[in-house]
Amino acid sequence: MDFGLTDEQEALRKSARDFLTERSTTQLVRKLMASKTGFDEGLWKEMSGLGWMGTAISEEDGGLGLGQIELAILTEETGRAILPAPFYSSVGLAAPVIAGAAEGAIRKELLGGIASGETRATLALVEAEGRWDAPGVKAKAVKEGNGYTITGTKLFVPDAHLAGEILVVARTSREKDKTAGLSLFAVPASDKNVKVRQLETIDQTRRLCRVRFSGVTVGADRMLGREGEAWPLLTRSLDRAATTLAAEATGVAAKVVELSRDYAKERLQFDRPIGSFQAISHRIADMLVLTENARSTTYYAAWALDEGVPDAPLAAATAKVAGSEAARTVAQDGIQVHGGIGFTWEHDMHLYYRRAKWLELFLGDAGIWRERVASLFA
Amino acid sequence: MDFRDTPEEAAFRKEIQDWLEANVPSDWDRSQLTLIPPEDRLDMLRNWQAKLHEGGWAGINWPKEYGGRGASLIETAIFNQEMARVKAPPPINVIGLGMAGPTIIAHGTHEQKDRHLEKILSADEIWCQGFSEPGAGSDLGGLRSTAILEGDSWIINGQKVWTSLAHVAQWCIFLARTDTTAPKHKGITYFLVDMSSPGIEVRPLRQITGSADFNEMFFTDVRVPRENILGEINDGWRVAMTTLLHERGTLGFALSVGARVALDELIRLARETKRYGKPAIEDPIVRQRLASLHVEVESLRLNNYRALTSVMKTGVPGPEGSLGKLIWSESMQRLGDLAVEILGPAGMLEKWTENPRVATWQYIHLRSRGHTIEAGTSEILRNIVAERVLGLPKHK
Repeated sequence: MDFGLTDEQEALRKSARDFLTERSTTQLVRKLMASKTGFDEGLWKEMSGLGWMGTAISEEDGGLGLGQIELAILTEETGRAILPAPFYSSVGLAAPVIAGAAEGAIRKELLGGIASGETRATLALVEAEGRWDAPGVKAKAVKEGNGYTITGTKLFVPDAHLAGEILVVARTSREKDKTAGLSLFAVPASDKNVKVRQLETIDQTRRLCRVRFSGVTVGADRMLGREGEAWPLLTRSLDRAATTLAAEATGVAAKVVELSRDYAKERLQFDRPIGSFQAISHRIADMLVLTENARSTTYYAAWALDEGVPDAPLAAATAKVAGSEAARTVAQDGIQVHGGIGFTWEHDMHLYYRRAKWLELFLGDAGIWRERVASLFA
Repeated sequence: MDFRDTPEEAAFRKEIQDWLEANVPSDWDRSQLTLIPPEDRLDMLRNWQAKLHEGGWAGINWPKEYGGRGASLIETAIFNQEMARVKAPPPINVIGLGMAGPTIIAHGTHEQKDRHLEKILSADEIWCQGFSEPGAGSDLGGLRSTAILEGDSWIINGQKVWTSLAHVAQWCIFLARTDTTAPKHKGITYFLVDMSSPGIEVRPLRQITGSADFNEMFFTDVRVPRENILGEINDGWRVAMTTLLHERGTLGFALSVGARVALDELIRLARETKRYGKPAIEDPIVRQRLASLHVEVESLRLNNYRALTSVMKTGVPGPEGSLGKLIWSESMQRLGDLAVEILGPAGMLEKWTENPRVATWQYIHLRSRGHTIEAGTSEILRNIVAERVLGLPKHK
């Protein structure tokens, strides 16, 4: 039994932290928040140069062949630094979806592109009903000759405005079982029948989009996996994506704990540091509990996914619950500990809060994942 | 990172599993989930520990030279896990094995080690802990029992509370003030007291559960031989810290498996109990709460693993190590609350002939109110996390 990182993994964490401390400053976050696309091409190229995009992509698919644990290490760090880049959407979300479903040439093309940083991809799943499960999918893909024509509107698609490839979940047949008859396609965002509109997202460095597919035709070679059988594979990939989200939430929470601790040591009221008041110090202790719970469950889930142990889905759901809870509660308590200054635009606390809220809700909130936990043991 | 046993760990686990399989008494009620043994099981539990000792399983983390197995932290964790997993009875001499023994090993003289350690392991002599007083609970340093040296004896006077096992113990680790003029943490000495000494009165202290696992002790002019102190005169606070470290440090894995076992039982209860005509497990709110408990119990297990890895690699536990008892105690309360709610109106009963499970769950529920108080209240533990882990200024 060993719940520690290897020397290589520690080195990865250190180099990621050094890089992000220098490059992903809150000044940059603020600058990109206010920009049209929220994107910094130079930063993206540097991260690609470090090999980050291919972390959990296998070597034969063009990546580094590391695993979910290394990806968790990186995303914990990107969470601490509230990295303003479409890293999660492409590397944390789209890559495992492709790796879990696609075969042959399209697999190599997409994963190779993501790994090098040349391709950015994202996943278009949710529609008007706002559900992350199969029955929410109404978009249709109709077989025509050697291709499919896709029609539908997707919502809350992360970073679609920056993506070259949009993975779309659509119905290829109507089945009684709503998890059947779903297929997955890789659609080039440049297609004239794809319309992307940015939504006014709470975290403007992690934008969500509405994507309209009005009769987009793609070749059969752009279907990932077999027709009608996308959902079970997608579910497994989403376990990975959820674990990566939990890692990012851990990073945000850990940073907020540190900022709150530091502030509570410095800020004087009634002639004492506010951290000497138990109303404050006990709150920060509880923030630490939630953060450590998120961290422990996240890394266990990452290990379980890498090793393919039978309880990996339960471990991933557990991590997502702990991550969502930590993100929400720690970020809001961080504002409370900071008092008035924490509620201002000028202070950085709201940047962490916004990212935390995004992470809490994306792929489903804690309640939705608690139900998944229950369904796995009940 | 690897959560599987190494071949050596697996072999060790198999060894304890096989031993438990062959030796756990057949008349032991394995459905019992409690940690503190009821009185009528004393003889059985004493024999059980003697058997553990014969098998080399008592005080396994003690050094070999003192009769232990010299087990590593991970082996101790595996032992605690397996004991809890098969719901083996606890060793009766918990305070001797977990607190008095390790403190004697750390601070005792040759004579004290020879005199006491073997009898602690075999449960020939059971120990109790005379630390807390009516006026000194969380603020243990405020204790007021006194010891005055008269010739070759200390004369001890004072009152102690929450003394588990005092009614059956032969020995007691006892803190008393030996310098009333010194600052409060400086004038305390650590005593080893023979419980058959004249002047000791033990009164059972009945708890919220109705059973009396604890006692009050009244010491009136109790004479203790001059040499029966651990460490130096007036250095008892430092010695006591060794004891408290062991109290909070060694139980983590047993607590975490105990919580897991209790949660699995609760899930079974939710499956088998109807709530307004449907199995409780189909109620969305019950499902949410069971899932929350699962997340907490998993966190507890995994935090323990992280702390253990950190101790093995660096010699010190990470921040997660201080959180175990806090998380466990509050989770057990939520677990107990949910259990009595699932029982429905029967949750208002103490016992019910119609359903024997009511008594077990009610005991777990009521007993859990004490979990956040004993061995460091949740408030004290949050102080410790805030001050020692986070480095926040000391509270006033």
